[in-house]
Amino acid sequence: MIEIRGVTKRFGSFTAVDNLSLSVRAGEFLTLLGPSGCGKTTLLRLLAGFEMPDEGVILLDGQDVSHLPPYRRSVNQVFQSYALFPHLSVRDNVGFGLRMQNVPAPEAAARVAEALEMVSLREQADRLPHQLSGGQRQRVALARAIVCRPKVLLLDEPLSALDAKLRHNMQLELKHLQRRLGLTFVFVTHDQEEALTMSDRIAIIHRGRIEQLGAAGEIYHRPRTPFAADFIGQANLLQVAVVGRNGTTARVRVGGGLELTVASAELPAGARTALVSIRPEKICISKQRLDTENLFEATIEEEIFQGATDQLRLVTTQGTRLHALVANESAMQEAFHEGDRVYCGLHLDDLVIVQAE
Amino acid sequence: MPASLSRPSIPSGLKLLNWFLSGWTALVFIFLYVPILVLVVYSFNSSRLNIVWESFTFDWYARLLNDGPLIRAAKNSLVIATVTTVLSVILGTGGAWLLHRYRYRAARGIQTLVAIPMVMPEILMGISLLILFATAGMNLGFTTVIIGHVTFCFPFVLVAVQARLQGLDPALEEAALDLGATPLQAFWRVIVPCLQPAIVAGALMAFTLSMDELIVTFFTRSAAATTLPIQVYGLARVGLNPMLNALSAIFIVATVAFVLFSDYLQKLGRR
Ligand SMILES: Nc1ncnc2c1ncn2[C@@H]1O[C@H](COP(=O)(O)OP(=O)(O)O)[C@@H](O)[C@H]1O
Ligand SMILES: [Mg+2]
Repeated sequence: MIEIRGVTKRFGSFTAVDNLSLSVRAGEFLTLLGPSGCGKTTLLRLLAGFEMPDEGVILLDGQDVSHLPPYRRSVNQVFQSYALFPHLSVRDNVGFGLRMQNVPAPEAAARVAEALEMVSLREQADRLPHQLSGGQRQRVALARAIVCRPKVLLLDEPLSALDAKLRHNMQLELKHLQRRLGLTFVFVTHDQEEALTMSDRIAIIHRGRIEQLGAAGEIYHRPRTPFAADFIGQANLLQVAVVGRNGTTARVRVGGGLELTVASAELPAGARTALVSIRPEKICISKQRLDTENLFEATIEEEIFQGATDQLRLVTTQGTRLHALVANESAMQEAFHEGDRVYCGLHLDDLVIVQAE
Repeated sequence: MPASLSRPSIPSGLKLLNWFLSGWTALVFIFLYVPILVLVVYSFNSSRLNIVWESFTFDWYARLLNDGPLIRAAKNSLVIATVTTVLSVILGTGGAWLLHRYRYRAARGIQTLVAIPMVMPEILMGISLLILFATAGMNLGFTTVIIGHVTFCFPFVLVAVQARLQGLDPALEEAALDLGATPLQAFWRVIVPCLQPAIVAGALMAFTLSMDELIVTFFTRSAAATTLPIQVYGLARVGLNPMLNALSAIFIVATVAFVLFSDYLQKLGRR
């Protein structure tokens, strides 16, 4: 649907998007995720036509649109500030695009009504934007873009101005709408939870480049770089030395002497050191010995109640610090307390090598 | 924008100050409006002298309407002010948008050059324009008066529009382009409506300035393009004339009506 090939965008001597290639599939929900200032908005603006690339090409449905102005591209954007036209009613805001494209009035009216219906704003059709709540404005912005039937819908942090509860509802609503209409969404956010909730695929952007691209689950479970591991969710990142290999597994040692077994598939031959990422919730904590590939003992240094989960800060016998999450499943469950000595189990798959040298 | 946030009244502990301020406010209003009131009242006085009240009459109004040169001057003024306003709005709005939207190397310089006519003494402006027109071999007349007026009127529109543009979301234009509007369509259909209050304010300013301008007009007019202020000035030099009271009264009524009407329009627009 969209094919970005080696696109670079510079502002003066600063490179905001750096030789980036990416293809967006028809009908998918692709999220550009990254910290503030990494170039997400710039990339989206390149797709919309508000910026022109210094190098590289952007293909939309096979057609080179790199240097077409925004009004010649069949993509539409939902702006972070919504950018609703303050002097036009909700109906006229939504109808604006159709009017610009000279869609005959009866057809336009029908499509506007349909779009308003879709975002449940039919009753507010004659209001002005300043008479709406934040969530309603957001939906007008969405309807205004969708009514044009763009090949791709671009959304730049569209939910960031909403409060937490409304935001969560809108996430689900947006996802639902995208699925129902089979639209292609390119969604920008710096919120990793939002990205995981909504996306089919996530592209983690870091300093104008794609750090990792993959399905939401894959990005979460198999981060491939330290940045990706750290940016999505929480991660224990351990610097290890490779001490031996044995077929499909390898032994690695953490600074203090703790030895772990990892799958050797991702460890390049000849690698001597590596960085291992462990998700806090993957560490099995128990008072009994566990049947896992890795097992070690640790003391609970601190326990923080978080509602559905408990956050535990552990220190192993060898002095390695880790944090773990355990579910607060029921009051009957084994309770952990500060100072307890526990067994920690880790499956082979839960040790992810994010860097090796 | 919320029309009226509730504001607290002055704390009661400050009664004395409050009294003083009320008195002061009353004085200011008396000072401003009593002369105007007196003027209107005396426009109905049959005596030629402004100091004694004789009897009620519409005579001065009748004479006013029969005074050919004065009526012609009033018509000239209206024509000049209207054309000046239209040109100032076009130049001021367009200029403000271009300065806001695009980057120019000389933007700062342009900004200063535009602001100068607003503060430059009118006499200087009159003389320099006269020299310019003479050098260019232009005959003085309506055109030269209008050029002169536009020179110092359009900066007021430009400044008002610029202030409004500062607060405008840059995404508005992008949203319009994104929805298929060309830059020109985006300007007409989105930017201009958003700037409308500033354009109206600037236009009013330009119209008023042009309407009562004396000095620049004096240097750039021809006999045929005599404006109302110049005609009135000529009459007043010969001695005060109650006809001028009548003229002023008409202008006051027109001004008040205009202000009320534009208020009403704004209220309509807000709904
Ligand atoms: N028009 C511009 N001129 C100069 N620098 C810019 C411009 N737009 C963006 N940048 C810079 O490019 C970098 C990336 O910006 P942006 O794409 O907005 O990041 P993000 O949306 O990921 O927060 C930022 O450091 C920003 O300062
Ligand atoms: Mg951004």
